[in-house]
Amino acid sequence: MTYLAKPKLHHPTLAKNSVGYTRRDYEGKVSTLCAGCGHDSISAAIVQACWEIDLEPHRMAKLSGIGCSSKTPDYFLGNSHGFNSVHGRMPSVLTGANLANRDLIYMGVSGDGDSASIGIGQFVHIMRRGVNMVYIVENNGVYGLTKGQFSATADKGSKSKRGVANMDEPLDLVGMALLLGATYVARSFSGDKKQLVPLIKGAIQHKGAAFIDVISPCVAFNNHAGSTKSYEYVRQHNEAVNRMDFIEERDEITADYAPGEVVNVPQHDGSVIRLRKLAAGYDPTDRIAAMHHLQERGAAGEVVTGLLYIDPDAVDMHEHINTIETPLNQLGVAELCPGGVALERINASLR
Amino acid sequence: MVKRVEAVNDFVVKFANVNGSGSASANELFARAILRMGVPVSPRNIFPSNIQGLPTWYEVRVNETGYQGRRGGVDLMVAMNPQTWDADVKEIEPGGDLFYDSSKPQPKAKFRDDVHAIGMPLTEICNATYNDPRQRQLFKNIIYVGALSALLEIEPSEIEKLFSEQYKGKEALLQSNVKALRLGRDYATQNLPCPLGIRVRRANSVGNKIFVDGNSAAALGAVYGGATVCAWYPITPSSSLAEAFIKHCEKLRVDPATGKHRYAIVQGEDELASIGIAIGAGWNGARSFTATSGPGISLMTEFIGLAHFAEIPVVLIDVQRGGPSTGMPTRTQQSDLLCCAYASHGDTKHVLLFPEDPTECFEFSALAFDLAERLQAPVFVMTDLDIGMNTRLCEPFHWDDARGYDRGKVMTHADLESGKDFGRYLDVDGDGIPYRTYPGTHPTRGAYFTRGTTKDRYAGYSEAGPDYVDNMQRLLRKFETAKQLVPRPLLHPSEKPARFGAIFYGSTSPAMQEALDVLATRGIHINALRVRGFPFQEEINDFVNSHPWVFIVEQNRDAQLKTLLVNEAKVNPTRLLSVLHYDGTPITARFIVDQISQHASARTVVPLKRAG
Repeated sequence: MTYLAKPKLHHPTLAKNSVGYTRRDYEGKVSTLCAGCGHDSISAAIVQACWEIDLEPHRMAKLSGIGCSSKTPDYFLGNSHGFNSVHGRMPSVLTGANLANRDLIYMGVSGDGDSASIGIGQFVHIMRRGVNMVYIVENNGVYGLTKGQFSATADKGSKSKRGVANMDEPLDLVGMALLLGATYVARSFSGDKKQLVPLIKGAIQHKGAAFIDVISPCVAFNNHAGSTKSYEYVRQHNEAVNRMDFIEERDEITADYAPGEVVNVPQHDGSVIRLRKLAAGYDPTDRIAAMHHLQERGAAGEVVTGLLYIDPDAVDMHEHINTIETPLNQLGVAELCPGGVALERINASLR
Repeated sequence: MVKRVEAVNDFVVKFANVNGSGSASANELFARAILRMGVPVSPRNIFPSNIQGLPTWYEVRVNETGYQGRRGGVDLMVAMNPQTWDADVKEIEPGGDLFYDSSKPQPKAKFRDDVHAIGMPLTEICNATYNDPRQRQLFKNIIYVGALSALLEIEPSEIEKLFSEQYKGKEALLQSNVKALRLGRDYATQNLPCPLGIRVRRANSVGNKIFVDGNSAAALGAVYGGATVCAWYPITPSSSLAEAFIKHCEKLRVDPATGKHRYAIVQGEDELASIGIAIGAGWNGARSFTATSGPGISLMTEFIGLAHFAEIPVVLIDVQRGGPSTGMPTRTQQSDLLCCAYASHGDTKHVLLFPEDPTECFEFSALAFDLAERLQAPVFVMTDLDIGMNTRLCEPFHWDDARGYDRGKVMTHADLESGKDFGRYLDVDGDGIPYRTYPGTHPTRGAYFTRGTTKDRYAGYSEAGPDYVDNMQRLLRKFETAKQLVPRPLLHPSEKPARFGAIFYGSTSPAMQEALDVLATRGIHINALRVRGFPFQEEINDFVNSHPWVFIVEQNRDAQLKTLLVNEAKVNPTRLLSVLHYDGTPITARFIVDQISQHASARTVVPLKRAG
C-alpha cells in the first residue's frame, strides 16, 4: 500500500460524464491492500463502470462482509454510503437495505472465504430471493487477512505457499448461482479490465440478482507455482465464452460483425447488451446450456469467463413480495399508522 | 367424604387432552362463553413440542375479582387423556370434581375417595351419533362443552352466539355444532348431578376489556409503530407474532389505490439472516424488527454487537421460553435477561422493555421503534410464552392520533446543503447520540463508511486507542440518556406501612398483584415496584434503600434481574431476597405467597417480652 494521500483537486480538463462527474469523483480512499493485489484492479473497474454508466455516486450503497475484499468498498465511490458488516453476512444486510429503499443500486463485495465458506448459506438464499443487486466475489482461493489458509474455492490439488495440497473439492460459486436462480451470472479476471468493466456495467443495469465471480490473485499468499488462482495460471487457462459491449439506448451500433458473431440482448430499461461470441454456438440466455458448458469446460481444466447467463425478463424480490413503488424508508406516519378509529374497531373485535 | 368445593365465579377448570384432537378450539369456546357472561377468565395452554399424540392441557381460571395469574390447583379436571390420567387425577383439589369419559369401565383404584367422579359415556354417544371417525373425534369436544355448560350453569345461548359468529355463512357447520352442543347438554341435564358446587353466574366484571394474546398485540404494536420490514425465522413461541404481523399488514397496510404493500416481510433462512436483514433495513432508514426466542438471540449475538457499535436502530421482540433444544421450549420462563442485556462481544449493553400483558406488548412494541431510532440502537421487547401465546383479558389498546414517530437525529439533504458539520459519531448535543444520514441523501456530502468499533468521530478508519475510548465513553453517555426514555417503574404502594418491598416484572404481574392482596390479608404488607425497562432509573435504587428487605420475584433460576440490578444500578445486594420460579409453568400467586410468607416469618422481629 501507499501512504501518500490522494490530491483532492482535480485537473480542470478531466472529462465529465453526462451527470457532471469526473472519473476521480468515483474514487475512494487510498487502498491499504498489498501492491499488485487483484482486488485493487476490481475497485478500479467498478470506478470506471460507474463513471461510464453515468451513475450518480450517492445512488449506490456498498456493502461487504469481512476480509481483504470486504475492505475495498472504502477504496471506491467515496461519496456513497458503505457498510462493512459481519463476516459472511453481507447478503442479509444488503437484502434488508434493499427492502428499505428499492431506488438505490446495491453493490455487495465479498470474498471467497466470506461467501463460499462462512457465508455460503446467505449467498445461497440471496440468490434464491432474486435481490436486485450486483454481487461481486473477489475470488483468490485463500484467506489473506489471516495469512494464507485455503478457502472453499481453492481447487483440489492446488498448492498452498508452503507446498501443502488442498484435498477438498472446490465450491464453484458460478455453478451455484446458476443453480440457485441468479438472473445475471458472469465470471471474469481482475487482470482483464476490458472484460470486467462491461460485465459490471451490465450487472448494474440488470434488474435482479447479478453475480460476478472475479478471479483475483492474492500476490502475498496465492500467486506461486502450483496455485490455480495465480496470475499466470488464470492467464493460461482463461477461456472466455464471449466479449461484452454494454450499450446504452442512445448509442448506435456501428461496428460490422459477421452474421452469427454477435448476440444482442435487450434489457428492461431499453438498453442493449451486445455480446461478441467467442465460443461457437454459446447461448447466454440458456441456463441449462450454461451449466453444461461450465461443467464440461471446467473438467477440461479451463477457467470459463464472460457473461455466462442472463435472463432479460428477470424480476426482483420487490416484484415477488409486491412492495409499493415508494421506498419504504420514505413512508411516514400517515401511510403507516392505521390510527385510533381503526384501533377501536380492532378492540371491538376482541371482546 | 371431603366437603365438596363450592364456589361461584372463582375456580379452576383444567382440560387434559391429546394434542391434535381438535380440543383447543372447543376449550377456547368454553372460556369465551364464560367471558361473555361478564366473568373474567384467564386461560393457559400447556402444550408439548409435538403436532399430534402427546398430552396437552388447557387450564382456565374463572375469577370474578379479575385475578389473571395462574392460581395453582384444579377444582374440575376434564380428563380426556388416558395417558395422563393418574397425574391429572392427583392434581385435583380435595372435594373437587373429575369429569371423564365413562365409555370404558375403569377400576375403582383409578379414582380418589376425596374427589367427585362424574362419568359420561362420551365415546359411546359419539359412536352412536356419528359415522365418520373425524366427526366422532371433533364433536366429542363440543359434546363435553355442552355437558359442562349444564354442570357449571353456563348459558347455552352465549355458546350458540359464539358459534354463529364463528360460522357466519357456513350454515351446515353452525347447525352441526349446535346439535352436538345440545346433545351434550341434554345428556348432562338428564343424567348428571347438575349443577356442581362450582358454577358460573352472570356478572359485570369484564367491562370494555379485550381478550387477546401478547404475540398478536405486539405485532399490532409494530404495525402502529411504523415497522415496514420484518425478518424472522420460525421458532416457538414467537412464530405466531410474525404470522400475526403478516395478517395485520394484509388488513391494515395495503395501498388502496394499487394493492401494493407498505411493508416487506421475509422469512429468513435462519436467525442470523433475519437480524441481518432487519439491521440492513434499519441502516437504510426503515423501521425494522425481528421476533424470536432465546436460541434465536444466541444466534443473533454477533450481529447485535455490530448494531450496537455501528449504532443502527433495530427492534427485537424476544418471546422467552425454557432452555435449549426442544421440549421445555414450549414452556414459559424469564430467562433471557442477561443474554439480551449484554448480548454480543466487546463491551455492550442494550435497552430492554418488560411488558406485563398484551396491552403493554402493544404499547412497548410501538414505543420500541421510537426508542430504537432515537437511540440508534437495538431495543429488546422482553415478553414470554405466558403472555405471548395465551389469550388474556386486558385493557383495550389505545392510540393517540396526534402522536407522530420520533425518527431520531437524521440529517437531511437540506441540512447537508446548508453546510452543517456532519460527523457520524460526533456528540453534538451532549446526550451521546450522534446524527446519521440515510444512504442516497446528498451527492457530495454526508456519506460515510459504516464499521464496528474502529473509527473516529467523523467515521474515518482509526485503530488509535484514544479514538476507541472516546467512542466507548460516548456510548456510555448514550446509555445514560436511555434511562430517561425507557418506561419508568410503577409503584404499587401498600395500604398500610410496609417493612418489605418487592420488585417484579413482565408476566409475573397478575400473580404478584393477587399475592400482594393475599399477603396483606395475612398481615404481611409490601410495597411493590414493577420494573418496566433497562437501563434502570435512580428510583429503583431509592426504592430498595427505603426497605430493609426487598423480594425480587422472577421466573428463572439464577435471579437474572437481581444480577442486573446489583451490577448496573449498584443496588445493595444484602437487602435482596430472591423468589424464583422456573419449572416452566407460569408463576402462581400461591407460590409467591408461600415463599414470601416463609421469608417474612424468618425475618419478623418478635419483641422479647412476648417471645417467652
